[in-house]
Amino acid sequence: MAYFDPLRLSLSKPRRDVKNGVGTTRFPPHFSSMARDFSWIRPEPWGIHVVPADCWIDPSRPVDRALVTHGHADHARGGHGETVATPETLAIMKLRYATDEGAVPVAYRETLRLRGGVSATFVPAGHVLGSAQILLEHAGERIVVTGDFKRRADPTCPPFEVTPCDVLITEATFGLPVFRHPPVEHEMAKLLAALAANPDRCVLVGAYALGKAQRLIAELRRAGHHDAIYLHGAMERMCRLYEELGVDLGELRLVSDVAKADLAASVVIAPPSALNDRWSRRLPDPVTAMASGWMRVRQRARQRMIELPLVISDHADWDELTQTVIDVNPAETWITHGREEAMLRWCQLNQRKARALALVGYEDEDD
Amino acid sequence: MERFAALLDALVYTRSRNAKLRLLADYLRETPDPDRGWALAALTDGLDFPAVKSSTIRNLMSERIDPVLWTLSRDYVGDSAETASLLWPNPETPSDGAPSVSEAVDALARMTRANVMTELPQLLDRLDAEGRYALLKLATGAMRIGISARLAKTAFAQAFGVSVEDVEEHWHGQQPPYLALFDWAARGAAAPSSEDLPLFRPFMLAHPLEDAQLDLADYAAEWKWDGIRVQVVRVAENTRVYSRSGDDISGTFPEIAAALHVDAVLDGELLVRGIHQGGEEGGAASFNALQQRLGRKLVSKKMLAEYPAFVRLYDALIIEGEDLRPLPWHARRARLEALSTRLDPEHFDLSTVIPAADFAELIRIREGARDNAIEGLMLKRRDSAYVAGRKTGLWYKWKRDPLLIDCVLMYAQRGSGKRSSFYSDFTFGCWDGDPDAGPDSGAELLPVGKAYFGFTDEELKWLDRHVRSHTVNRFGPVRETDKSLVLEVAFDSVHLSKRHKSGLAMRFPRIHRIRMDKPAHEADRIETLKAMVRD
Repeated sequence: MAYFDPLRLSLSKPRRDVKNGVGTTRFPPHFSSMARDFSWIRPEPWGIHVVPADCWIDPSRPVDRALVTHGHADHARGGHGETVATPETLAIMKLRYATDEGAVPVAYRETLRLRGGVSATFVPAGHVLGSAQILLEHAGERIVVTGDFKRRADPTCPPFEVTPCDVLITEATFGLPVFRHPPVEHEMAKLLAALAANPDRCVLVGAYALGKAQRLIAELRRAGHHDAIYLHGAMERMCRLYEELGVDLGELRLVSDVAKADLAASVVIAPPSALNDRWSRRLPDPVTAMASGWMRVRQRARQRMIELPLVISDHADWDELTQTVIDVNPAETWITHGREEAMLRWCQLNQRKARALALVGYEDEDD
Repeated sequence: MERFAALLDALVYTRSRNAKLRLLADYLRETPDPDRGWALAALTDGLDFPAVKSSTIRNLMSERIDPVLWTLSRDYVGDSAETASLLWPNPETPSDGAPSVSEAVDALARMTRANVMTELPQLLDRLDAEGRYALLKLATGAMRIGISARLAKTAFAQAFGVSVEDVEEHWHGQQPPYLALFDWAARGAAAPSSEDLPLFRPFMLAHPLEDAQLDLADYAAEWKWDGIRVQVVRVAENTRVYSRSGDDISGTFPEIAAALHVDAVLDGELLVRGIHQGGEEGGAASFNALQQRLGRKLVSKKMLAEYPAFVRLYDALIIEGEDLRPLPWHARRARLEALSTRLDPEHFDLSTVIPAADFAELIRIREGARDNAIEGLMLKRRDSAYVAGRKTGLWYKWKRDPLLIDCVLMYAQRGSGKRSSFYSDFTFGCWDGDPDAGPDSGAELLPVGKAYFGFTDEELKWLDRHVRSHTVNRFGPVRETDKSLVLEVAFDSVHLSKRHKSGLAMRFPRIHRIRMDKPAHEADRIETLKAMVRD
């Protein structure tokens, strides 16, 4: 197993052979010096294979048995023989694929015994409703797969829980130090100020239909905005599902049910792809906004013709990613997807063993 | 600084010109002196702080972040100032509040190369990410947010309800933070004095003559030359050449600036010697020849010899200190003719007044203009003063009718701002080869131009629908269409060009008509367009 060292910068201490042995000076004190290679879990480009249990985590192709961290389409694909996930994630998948055949619900913190002496425990990840980290235990070793996660409060889902482990398999969507998401209250204030300043226009916010849209609505309610919020048709079913699962979103209406003029001074939420599409012509001179962590970078916002960038993300920012590695304090950090070079560099600078897994098929352009 | 930072960000994200004007005008009205003046100077590239360069940012960051993390971040963001503003560590001790724009300008102006590495961080520590971005942009002078001097002046006029012509006249010669300018516009004080400076005076502009007929007893006619409008100003040994927008282009045309030896403000057309426009008698080369000289900061001897420039004068605003602008055209013209005998004939000549008995004769003369490759006619009211801006009834431009050609729509691209949901930029082509000779004849379409205006809103909707339903290929924001639609394209002239695939470049192409009735194979061939070249 080769360890990725993209920049070949020498550390102050000579590196030991990281394949079989371990440099005791470079690992946290709780880590024993016994040689371990975690070979019972094997990252492949299309998913993480839990070998003794013969099941896969978030596979991008159909398998016999899948453990799914959350409901976003790039992680929760259809067509598996058996799908193990939280009840909320399964409900989201049923909405998308119109079938729940093979669904195996597992509650948060409930431990599931799999084949081959492997057990799996789902722990809240704070990403979207139903999202989970998966703790895998086998032969006295603990591996946590975070899936997508964030550390800040989200009124629509339970918060991330720090789970000690030997290997942390983490995402790194916003794994560059320029990504530091501002407080969500700050961004809500920007949105409400734009709404107040443009009484003849509406504010059209582009947001992922699963998770971001509902969080945005819940945060608007928390900020005291109780007017009806208007939805693009593609948002409706997911919002209703959130409400059925106990998330109160206030009064929601469909854009298609009202006249153009009635939308003035309202918030309209649509999937990012609809922002500059023909659909938006039915709105009264919209102020085009987008809620995404990418909005931190001006050129990204300009490319998408966004007038009001809202830096709101359901992914951990740089500070949260690095703090999570510190909090969990694993012997090794494996990085699934995102900007892994900078995370690897940070681990190297902080004397932490890390590697990039180069998984494919996880899309995060709009989050 | 917070307000300036918010303005800067709003300008970055705003595409519509009117919305930008509103943002700027609100800021100028609501911000106190001298902050607003400094901000205005920063937005129009009027500030320079020699101690702060873009390398300063790099050096500052190298003390604060791992170089590899800096490079990865900088490569992703694409802008050093923005990257630094996002990466700057939050200060450990609470700051003493954000500095005002003028406080920041004062501090930046005092910095030296020796102390910039300790002084600049103190300012940055007092700002949030948006404020740091604004400060670094202001300090390094790399705004690049699409605010031209003209837009800033228009916003200034809009903010205080004064005319943009007056703003232009008083602006030149004023230094940031423009206190006298704000005193005049915002508080009604006397306009700043500008007597001994070679200042730009706003131009008198013409309306297009639609279908009207004018009485030549009231209007004088001149040829409309196809060059660029310039104003040559000399006062107290200082000479400047200004373009239509008021930009100083003396450096690009040094021979013109050096040739005026009389104190005066003269209005005319900058041209290059040749026989393209109006033959031997016309004495001017095509616009294409002039284009070789435009936009150059350094002019070689070879350029000066190959493309000798001169100004064809048609008006005088000031001669030897006397302001002629209140006088009627015929009186100014008499003074200009008298002056012209004292000017260097190599670099200045007079625009002729066309001797036509009546309008019918003028129409005949104008019809001959195409053969002489002249752009059209100008008609000027004989008893009118020289009035800045575009006032109805005084000056008219009467361009010859446009050239027309039938092209086939090939590609379309989305517009921006209000047009961002429409395919509104159209690339069209002519046939290379004979499209009627059958599918194996090898006839293909060669792109010849691109146009994004000329159509009505209704026609745009129709074109947008056509593009969406006839797409055969996508390349990022561009769609390739099935090349079934014929567009009648109007344009002013066409020139040989090495930069275009077709070897031809059209001037002012616009969509004249949508020819739904015409099959694509009946569109024009490239030879037809080539025959219209008059280089």
